[in-house]
Amino acid sequence: MNIVIVGHVDHGKSTVIGRLLADTDSLPQGKLEQIREMCRRNSKPFEYAFLLDALKDERSQGITIDAARCFFKTAKRDYLIIDAPGHIEFLKNMITGASRAEAALLVIDAHEGVMENSRRHGYMLKMLGIKQVAVLVNKMDLCGYSESVFRSIVSEYSGFLAEIDISPSAFIPVSAMEGDNIASHSDRMPWYDGRTVLDELDAFEERESEEEKLPFRMPVQDVYKFTGSGDERRIVAGTVESGSLSVGDEVVFYPSGKHTTVATFEHFGAGETPSCVTPSMAAGFTMTEQIYTRRGELCCRASEKPPRVSSGFVASVFWLGIKPMETGKEYHIKLGSAKSPCRLKRVISTLDASTLDRVHKDKIDRYDVAECEIECDRPLAFDLTSEMPKSSRFVIVDGYEISGGGIITAASEKKDEPSTAKNLAIRRNVKWETSSITPEMRALRYGQRPGVLIVTGLRDIGKKEIAKALESELWSEGRQVYFLGMGNLLYGVVGEIKTEGEVPARREHIRRLGEVANIMMDAGTLLIVTAAEITAADMDVLSATIESERIHTVWLGDEITTDIEPELRVADTSDKAVITARIKRFMAEKGLIFA
Amino acid sequence: MNTSKTYQAHLDEIESKSVYILREAYANFKQLCMLWSIGKDSTVMLWLARKAFYGHVPFPLVHIDTHYKIPEMIEYRDRLAKEWRIDMIYGENKAALDAKQTFPDGKVSHLDCCRLLKTEALTHTLAGDWPRYRLDHDSGKYVLDKNTEPYTGVIAGVRADEEGSRSKERYFSPRNTYNNWDVGDQPPEFWGQYKTDFAPGTHVRIHPLLDWTELDVWEYIRREGIPVVSLYFDQGDGHRYRSLGCAPCTKPVESTAKTVDEICEELRTGKFSNIAERSGREQDKEDGGGLEELRKNGYM
Repeated sequence: MNIVIVGHVDHGKSTVIGRLLADTDSLPQGKLEQIREMCRRNSKPFEYAFLLDALKDERSQGITIDAARCFFKTAKRDYLIIDAPGHIEFLKNMITGASRAEAALLVIDAHEGVMENSRRHGYMLKMLGIKQVAVLVNKMDLCGYSESVFRSIVSEYSGFLAEIDISPSAFIPVSAMEGDNIASHSDRMPWYDGRTVLDELDAFEERESEEEKLPFRMPVQDVYKFTGSGDERRIVAGTVESGSLSVGDEVVFYPSGKHTTVATFEHFGAGETPSCVTPSMAAGFTMTEQIYTRRGELCCRASEKPPRVSSGFVASVFWLGIKPMETGKEYHIKLGSAKSPCRLKRVISTLDASTLDRVHKDKIDRYDVAECEIECDRPLAFDLTSEMPKSSRFVIVDGYEISGGGIITAASEKKDEPSTAKNLAIRRNVKWETSSITPEMRALRYGQRPGVLIVTGLRDIGKKEIAKALESELWSEGRQVYFLGMGNLLYGVVGEIKTEGEVPARREHIRRLGEVANIMMDAGTLLIVTAAEITAADMDVLSATIESERIHTVWLGDEITTDIEPELRVADTSDKAVITARIKRFMAEKGLIFA
Repeated sequence: MNTSKTYQAHLDEIESKSVYILREAYANFKQLCMLWSIGKDSTVMLWLARKAFYGHVPFPLVHIDTHYKIPEMIEYRDRLAKEWRIDMIYGENKAALDAKQTFPDGKVSHLDCCRLLKTEALTHTLAGDWPRYRLDHDSGKYVLDKNTEPYTGVIAGVRADEEGSRSKERYFSPRNTYNNWDVGDQPPEFWGQYKTDFAPGTHVRIHPLLDWTELDVWEYIRREGIPVVSLYFDQGDGHRYRSLGCAPCTKPVESTAKTVDEICEELRTGKFSNIAERSGREQDKEDGGGLEELRKNGYM
C-alpha cells in the first residue's frame, strides 16, 4: 500500500518515516551504519530524518525537496512510504508524491500548531482525490505531552478539514523523535487510548473496491497491429480506470461514438488470459468488427451511463507554473489519453488554498486554486468529478511543462453548430451497422484511403472544372473517386431548408455534406467537393461530423479571402494540367492514394 | 513459492503500472530505445515490454559495452536477442578503450572509469554521434547502424529502492542536452500524466521499474519464468552475483542459492533480507554522493 506523508516544513515528516523504518526493522543492514558514519565524519548528531535525506542537496539544506520513496512492512502488508516536501516551493513535488498514494499521514507540529502548508496540503489531498487521511500531532515531547495542546490542534484543524469535506480517520499525538505512539503505545500520554501510527496504517483500506462498481472507463492508449512481425491481431490497449469489461460486451468509444463488441482479451507471459478486466489492470482486447478507433478515445460499455462529450467545461484548477495561467493564451490539455490545444476562457473565482479566502482575479497565479471555464479545440470525453473522479481529471501543459491540474465539475451546455453536429455524429456512430468488409479490405482493393478533398477558393475561379478534371484523371488510373458539387445537395439532401444565405442554414448544409461524405468514405470512396470560400467555422462543423484528418483542403487563387489555413494553396490557376498534377502529388503525400 | 494472494495482487499492480508507462512511452516518443544492461532488472523490463506489446518489442534495445563485462553476459545478450527477434544495438567508448584509460589498466579511478566507459559511451551512443552497432538477424553479426538520429525517449530500469538518489526519480525524467539531471527542479507527475513534451536537443528518461524492489524483481522472474544469466546462481563454489556490472569492480557474494526459489527465500527471510543489494558495487562507496554525482551527469 502506498502512503504519503505531508505537512508543513519542519513539522517532522522525515523523522516520522525514519522512525517507522527503524521501529519495524525495515532498514537494510548497511544503511543505518552508513548514515551514522556520515554523521560521525561531519560531527553532527544522528537524526532519523537523515535516513531519507540521502541526497547531498537536501542534507546541506536540512529540508526535503523531493518526494522520496522507501519500503517497509508490517505483519499485515507491505508499504511504500512517500516523503513529501513541506516547503511551498516544492508543492509540485508534494503533489507528485501524494498522487501516488492511497492514503495520507498529515503531520502537524504540536509546538508550532496549524501552519499555512498544513492547510494547503490538506486541500491538495482533497483535490488529488485522497480520501483516507490520518493526522499526526508531532513533537508532543516539546509541549510536555500536554493533552490540552493536542485537543486545541484537533479542534482547529478538524474545523478546516470539515470545510473542505475531509473527515480524518484519526488524530494521533506522537513524538517521532522519542518514538511515542509510532509503533507502540506511549506511557507518557496515558490520556490517549486510540491507535498507534502503525495500527492506523494497517487500518487503512485498499482502494479499487468501489471503483469496480462504477461504469466501465478505459482511455485508449493505443491500437496495436504489428503486421510487420506477422501478427494480424488488432489490439485496443489501455489501463482500466473503473468498472469491468468481459468478452462479448458491447463497447462504445467516445468522442467518436463508434461501437463494437469485445472478441477476445489478449495476454502474454505466465498465467491465464483473462475473460474479464477490472480497475488498474493493463488490458488489451480485439474487436468483432474492425472499426477505426485510436489513442485519445475513452472506451465505455454500451449498456452503462455514457460520459459527457464537450469541448468546454467548468473545472477546479490548481496552478504550479511560474507564469500564471491567462485567458487567450494557448495551452494543451491532457485528459485520459486525449490531448488537445485549449484556452482559459474565464476565471470564475480563485482561492488561496491555505486560508480558503476567495478573491476575484482574471488569471490563475502560482499555487492558486481557481474555478474556471476551459475551452478545448476538440471535443473530449470525460465525467464529472462528483460522479467519476478518475475520468474527470486533467493536466494543463504550458510550453513543454505540466503546469497545472484540474477536476471537471460541470460540462458547458453548448448549443452551437459544431456541438450539435458532434452530438448527431456520436448518435449516428453508436447506431451504425458495421459492414463485414473492413476499411483495410477496401483500401487494399482500391489502392487508396477514403477522404474528402475540398477544392475551395474565390467564386468563378474554375473550381468545378479543376475538380472534374482531377476526378477524370484519378478515374482513368482506376481509382474509386467521386465528384460532388455542393449544388447537388441543395434540392434533395437539404431540400427542406429554405432560408438561403443565412448562416445557420449554411452550417446545416455543411453538416449534411459531412454526413454524405461519411457514407461515401465508408464505401471506400475518395470524394472531391467544391465549395466557394470555405471558412474556419464551416470546417469546425465538418470536422465535428467526420474525422478531421480525413478532410483535406486546397485553395485556388492568389488571395485567401477567408480565415481558413488550407493545406495546399495553388496561386496560379492558369494551367489546369499543372494544377491537377500538383493536387495529385499532394494526395499522395497525404497517403490518400498509393500504388 | 510465495502464493500469498495479497503479494500476487501486488505483483499484478506494479506489473500493470509498468506496462502503462511503457505504452505511454511508445505512444509519445518517436525515437525511443530501451537500455538493457543484461542484469535481472532490465531483463524484467524487457519482459514487461513483451507483455505490454503482446510478444513484440517495438523499439531497439541499447547496450553499452564496456568490454569488461563478465563474458557470460554478452553470450546471454546475443542469445536472447536472436531468440526474441530483438532490434539489438550496442555502443562503446572506443577512444578510452584504445588509450587504456580504464581502472583495470590502472590509469584512472573507479569513478572516472565509470564515467568514461559507461556515462560517456552512453551519452554519445544515445546522441548518435558515436558509432552504433546493430544486430543483423540474417548474418547474426553486428554491423554499423545507419540510423544516427538521437534518441529522445530512453527507457531505463532503475529502481527507487536501490539507493538514495534513485528514490527521487520521476517515471518520466527530463535530461538536458548534456544528459544532466536537475534533481532540484523535476516536473510534477500525477494522475498518470507524464512529461512527454520536451525541447529540441533534450531527451526524457523513462523508468517503468521505479516502484519495484529487489524481491519483487525476483518473485516476478519466478512467477513468469523469465530466463536470467547464470551468474546470479551459485555454480558450486558458494558464491553468486547479486548485482552485475564490470568484472573487475563487481564482487560475488557468499551464497549457496542455486535456483530462483532459493534466491527469493534468501531475500525474503534469509541472509540478505536486510543487506543492501549494491553492497558489492564500488561506485556506491565513495563519499555520500558518489553515485548521485555520476547520475546527475547521465549515469543510469
